Order: sequence, then structure tokens, then C-alpha cells
Amino acid sequence: MSGIRDRVAIIGMGCTKFGERWDASSSDLMVEASYEAFNDAGIEGKDVQAAWLGTVGSFRTGQPLAEALKLDYIPISRVENACATATDAFRNACYAVAAGIYDIVLALGVEKLKDSGFSGLAIPEAPGSDVAPPAPPPSQFAMAATRYFHQYGIPYDDGKLTLAQIASKNHHNGTLSPKAHFQREVSTEQIINAPMVAWPLGLFDCCGVSDGAAAAIITTPEIAKTFRDDYILVKGLGLAVGAFGTLRNDWDFTHFPETVRAAQATYQEAGITNPREELDMAMVHDCFTITELIIYEDLGISPRGRASEDVEAGTFSLEGDLPVNTDGGLKCFGHPIGASGIRMIYEVYKQLQGKAEGRQLKDPTLGLTHNLGGRPGSFTCSVAIFGTRD
Amino acid sequence: MAGISSFGAYVPRYRLGAETDGWNSPQERSVANFDEDSVTMAVAAGIDCLRGQDRQSVDGIIFATTTTPYAEKQCAAIIATALDLRRDIFAADTTDVLRAGTTAMMSALNSVMAGSASNVLVIASDNRQGAPRGDTERNLGDGAVAFLVSDSGVIAELTGSYSITENLMDSWRSTGDSFVRTWEDRFATEEGLDRILGDALSGYFSKYGIEAKDVAKVAFYAPDGRRHGQLTRKAGFTTEQVQDPLFGKLGNTGAAFSLMLLASALESATPGQLLLTVSYGDGSDVLGFRTTDAVSNRTPRMGVSGYLNTKSQLDSYETFAGWREVWATDGARRPDPNSPSVTALWRESDKNLRLYGATCNNCGYVQYPAQRVCVNCQSKDDATPTRFSDRKGTVFTYSMDYLAATTDKPLVITMIDFEGGGRMLCMMTDRELEEVRVDMPIEMSFRKLRVVNGIHNYYWKAVPQRAMV
Repeated sequence: MSGIRDRVAIIGMGCTKFGERWDASSSDLMVEASYEAFNDAGIEGKDVQAAWLGTVGSFRTGQPLAEALKLDYIPISRVENACATATDAFRNACYAVAAGIYDIVLALGVEKLKDSGFSGLAIPEAPGSDVAPPAPPPSQFAMAATRYFHQYGIPYDDGKLTLAQIASKNHHNGTLSPKAHFQREVSTEQIINAPMVAWPLGLFDCCGVSDGAAAAIITTPEIAKTFRDDYILVKGLGLAVGAFGTLRNDWDFTHFPETVRAAQATYQEAGITNPREELDMAMVHDCFTITELIIYEDLGISPRGRASEDVEAGTFSLEGDLPVNTDGGLKCFGHPIGASGIRMIYEVYKQLQGKAEGRQLKDPTLGLTHNLGGRPGSFTCSVAIFGTRD
Repeated sequence: MAGISSFGAYVPRYRLGAETDGWNSPQERSVANFDEDSVTMAVAAGIDCLRGQDRQSVDGIIFATTTTPYAEKQCAAIIATALDLRRDIFAADTTDVLRAGTTAMMSALNSVMAGSASNVLVIASDNRQGAPRGDTERNLGDGAVAFLVSDSGVIAELTGSYSITENLMDSWRSTGDSFVRTWEDRFATEEGLDRILGDALSGYFSKYGIEAKDVAKVAFYAPDGRRHGQLTRKAGFTTEQVQDPLFGKLGNTGAAFSLMLLASALESATPGQLLLTVSYGDGSDVLGFRTTDAVSNRTPRMGVSGYLNTKSQLDSYETFAGWREVWATDGARRPDPNSPSVTALWRESDKNLRLYGATCNNCGYVQYPAQRVCVNCQSKDDATPTRFSDRKGTVFTYSMDYLAATTDKPLVITMIDFEGGGRMLCMMTDRELEEVRVDMPIEMSFRKLRVVNGIHNYYWKAVPQRAMV
């Protein structure tokens, strides 16, 4: 196994404004993201030889992408893998290029959530017996928070403060991201005192429900050189799928093995042995504040049960040792499910190119993205690592 | 010999009472939670009755109620499955009349006496509704009772029965009526209760050559406490002979009522006592039982008293009115649920109704739901079904969902670890928020999730453990 490291490159990316895009259809969003990516790469739609369309609920096939972009009878696969959908579309596109099948391909993620008329997610399910408890994502991740506080003996007020510090950091980063859904500062007091959604998680512990799309143009490093100097290399791609936690009494609800396993595989592929020291930034799946806290530990960045100390120390802020969710994260950039993974790659891509405007980090060269789809006990987790050219 | 070999009961946790804001009576009555109905309460009473009994020995089940959730579809079949009874049994619903409970009891006794069955489970359960703030609503209660009628090992032997059937409308509901209708009180008392119950009792006495003084306890139907007192005095019983009708604690539980009072009597009965249960509705049934020595061997059960003693007063009448859909409340901003797939319900019957998980034959790992491939050792199709419905457990973790489309907001979602292994994500009901915590002891309770497409979708929820007496 030779792995994906340095075998594919990104030469163009696009990302729409995320948010309540009452003005835009799913097709509009795909056109916006794709044409930004085409222009960034200096290609046209007819140069795309194959495409992967990631969406959880907006479309069922690849046809709407062909229709929106008027692609020329090329192969298009629709990918769906929960909240890891976009990253998995990207991953499949990378493998096709690395295999030498295509030279230039498009990976695009899109989601239109705000036409449903409901707050939260409202994606229809297949017919079934319908006896499973109605436990939407806030409730599922709240159970992880309850257990995390219990296992580590964290008083409720202390735990709420740690979670609020994570949300407040992401809100600050959102103010520096013009395309983010939410762009205002929120204090830890406001966050702690906000209405409950699923106890112990309140309104500001939950990410935005948004419309949006993001796209990437992928090629080989050799071809990339002919397009631009500051292309970005893929260093590692990991995907781990688990579904066993809630069947086992010995699973603790305070760590997510899918993240641990996907990270291990990706670190190995990328040649990383000390992620905390080697990574310059990370974009992680902060669907809820508790998720971001647990991810710090699952990625091997913070010791078990002690991520709150790093939060307190400001480790993950823009000025910290390892900035996390520099664009506001799911919390503030928003979470159109099938687009989020490529949105994260977009931020890493811009940061590594030095084009992240007011939130630009100082000379980052290695960045990580992470998506977690499903619920505690049953996740699809993707981890991807990107670097500047040598 | 035919008689009662075991019994059990169920009274919901909640009461309307003095602490209930907006309740217009100082008297307490029991109220079924929003997710309870006659079927769920019947299952709870059945579990109480079958503690320590071999469920495989039950040859038949008869369910009695006036509040059947289905007009066409047998409820006894649902209850039998939830109680994990055998498939080769007979089952019947006895409905539409307040004396359905004693009708079911007599049918079961007749089957056993005729030798067609050795053990028949009789369950009576009711949650009738009176019009808001009326006398009927004040005096009703919700509850269930179960008896195992057997040909051996009885704690109370049938001594006789006497029935009257007389067509008389003093209370009734037509198809589609939400509330009990009644005719003028004085007529109902004089020409109904007084005359018919009097005739039934004197008929029983003369048939068996006994008098009122020969009876140790009489479990007597009446619609309210005042008329209960008048009727039993007129019948010549002393206060000591009359089983406490539990008005002010339980309320009139309809088809289950006189049998719940019989169960109450059995809880404190001594050997050799004659117990009568007297039901009412388009006539009357009088059933007599003589307790045996075995009545002293008290098996652990909740019974009527155990469930009456573990209670919480409802905060307000508004909550109760919301439970009974007396008024519509603004729903959650969630999509309307689709019809459950009947095919999936049928396929998952063991998992959903019997609450079967599995124990791996190879490695012994206990898991819910049952898996084709063991989660621990990956051996395939090599596991033994394992029932979780009567296992206790503890809360491993939980959340409280303030946005859920549910009547009992916030919806408490729990991850339950069962004693002996097995883990299950389930809703918690009958809970006070302040008592919910990690490691909280729970037991399982059969509940109605929702009604969609006319399908009453039942499943199990976790409830706080109610102390066994």
C-alpha cells in the first residue's frame, strides 16, 4: 500500500456564502461554488473529466450536477456518508486521480436544508417500525456531555463554561469570515444562559443549520505545477465507520473510537507522529461544543479528560499553539451537511496559501480536517491532512 | 378445583389531588400518563401477576375493558406478545360493558373447570374519560388488574357465581364518544344500582344458602364513594366486611374496578375467608372465592397497594387535559410522522413487543437488539433470545430534549444498562426531572409511542423503579 500522500493536488476551490440562502436553490449553490473553483484553477467546466457530488438529502443522483453545470456526459457519482459526505466525495475523487484514471476532476458538496420549513434537520427516513426513540443529534450528543461531566467529575457549571469557551472562540472566528452564516461575537455568559435545546446543551452549543456548497478541483502534482505554484497537496485520507458503541456496555460515551481510528490511519499515511506539535491548524466537526471537546482528545491533541485545560489556556484560538476552526467552524460558518467537509478543506487551502484575510495564521504548512457523521456509538469519521508543496 | 393462583395490579404513577393546580376536588384519583392506555396498563398488571410464574404455562388470555384502542384488531394478542406468552393459546377481548372484567373472569374459570385450559390469564384494564370538570371525571380512576386462573395451586377457590342480565342505560358511550354519558342520577341509583345489585346479591345468597354475615370481604362496584356506602349498608354488610373502595385514592376504574378491589382483599386475606366480587353494567355478576392456605404465601408483587403507595401528584389540571387531548396544544415544528410500516412491525415483533435481545452462545455477550453477527466475537447466527422487559437497569447517560415533538417536554432520552448486560437507547416516562441522574435505577414499562394511520405503536420505555412491597 503506497497511500495517497503527495499523489494528488488541489488547484482550485470554491465555497458559497453559507446561511439561510432563501434566494438560492441547490442548483444555484452548485453553480456558485463550482465557478469560483473553476476560476480559481483557471479551468472551464468542459475540462472536468469526472465528478463526485456529495449531498445527504438534496439530491439522489449525480444528474443535477450535470444539469446545473452542463457537464459533457462525464461520469458523476453521488456520494452520501452522513456528515462525512463531502470529504468522502473528495476522497473518492482523489483516488480516481491517484489511480491514473483521470487528470482533472471535480468534488462538490451541497446541501439545501432551509426549504423544509422546520428548524433543525428534517430529512425523511425509509419506512420502518418507527419505535426508535426520537433522539435527534442535539439529544444524542447531549448524552455524551452528561457522561463526560460524570466520568471526569466535572461540576455542571464548570463543564458549561468550558463548552461556552469553545462556542465563544468559534463565534469570534466567524466574525472574521465573510462567508460564515453567523458573524457576531457571543460572550460565555450569553452562551451559558441561552435556552436549553437538549440539556445540558443550550442554543449556542449547537451548530448552525445552513444552506451552502463547496467545490474542489483535483489533479496530479505534475499537472498542478502547470496551473499554479501554490497548489495544495493531499497528505492523508482516512475513513473509519463504526456502529457498535450502543451494543456494548463497556463503551464509555466519552471517546469516539471512529475518530481515533481514522486519525491513526491518516497520521500514519501523512507521516505524522506528534499531531499536536506538527499540525499548524485543524478544522474539526464541532456540530456541538461537546463534540469539539472530545475531538481534541480523540485526535491525540489533548490528554484524556483534560481538554478543558487546553481550552482554558487558549490553545485552540487563532493566536494559540494549534488553532481550531479558524473560519468559525460548523458552529458559525454553518453546517449544510453534505457541503461541510469540502468547506473545511477550503479553509485549510486558503490558510496554506496565505489567503485567509483577517483570520490568516502565520505561515501554516500542514492542516487537518475532520468530519463525524452519525451519533455517539455509531459514526462515520473522515480525517484528511493537507500540506503546502515541498 | 378452579380458582385464582396469582394476581397482580397496576395503578399509574400520577394522581389528580389536592396539590394539583386547577383540580376541583380534594379527593385523589389515578390518571394514566399520556402514553398509557388500557393495553399498556394491562401489560403492567400482567407482569405483576406473572412474577415468579412460568409464562410458558399460560394457555389463554382474556382482556377486559371498555376503552379498547382498536374497534377492529385484537388487543389480547398485543398483550400476550408483550407478556411473552406462548403462540398456541386462545385469546379474547371482552369489551363494551362495565362488568367485562367479571365476564372475562367467569369465562376463564369455565374454561379451566371444563378442562380445556390449565392456566388462563385474565386482565381487566380501563381508562374511561368523563367530560372536563364533571362529576364523572372526578370519580373515575385509571388502573388494571390481572389474575391467573388455574386448576391447581390456587390461593382462592371459586365457590360460586350468580349473574343477572338486564338491558339498562344509566351510563354509556356510543362509537366516537369521548366522554361517558349518564342518565338522571336518581333513576340510575334506584332502578339501576340499588335494585340490580340487590337482586344479584340476594340471588347469590339464596343459590348457595348463605347470608351476608358469612362473607369476609365484599369487593363491590359503585360509581362513587357516597353510593358505595349506601349500597353496602343496604345490602347488610358491616364496615369490616366491606373492602375499601379506594375512592379518594384510586377512583372508579370501570371494568377493572370490582376486580381491583378483589385483588386488594387478597393482599391481606387469611386462609378460609369467603370473598365476593360484585360487578355492575347491564346487570351484575357476583363471584365468590374461598381463600386457601396458600393465600398466606405472599409472593413479591406490587399489587394495588404497592402501586397506590408509589405516586406523584400531577402539577396541574392543564397537564392532564393535554394528556387527554381535551384541548389541542401547539406542536413542535417537526414534520408529521409517517405511518409505521406494518411489515416492519411484524418482522420486529420479538424485538419491539417481547423486548428480546440475545445472548451469544459462543461468548455469552448480551446485546439488544439481537444481532445476526455477535458484536463481541463475530460468531454468526448463534445466539439465544433474551427477554429484557422484566430486567431492571440503570441510567448510563441521558439528555433532556426541549424541542422534541412530545407531550412530556423535555423528552428524557436515556442509555440504559441492564442488569446482566445489554444496553438500550430508550425514552424515559413517568419521571420527575429532578430525579433523573446517571446511575438512576429503572425498570421497563410498555407504552404507546403514538397513533399514526390508525396504528397504535407500542414499545417499551424506561421508568423510575417503583418500590416493591
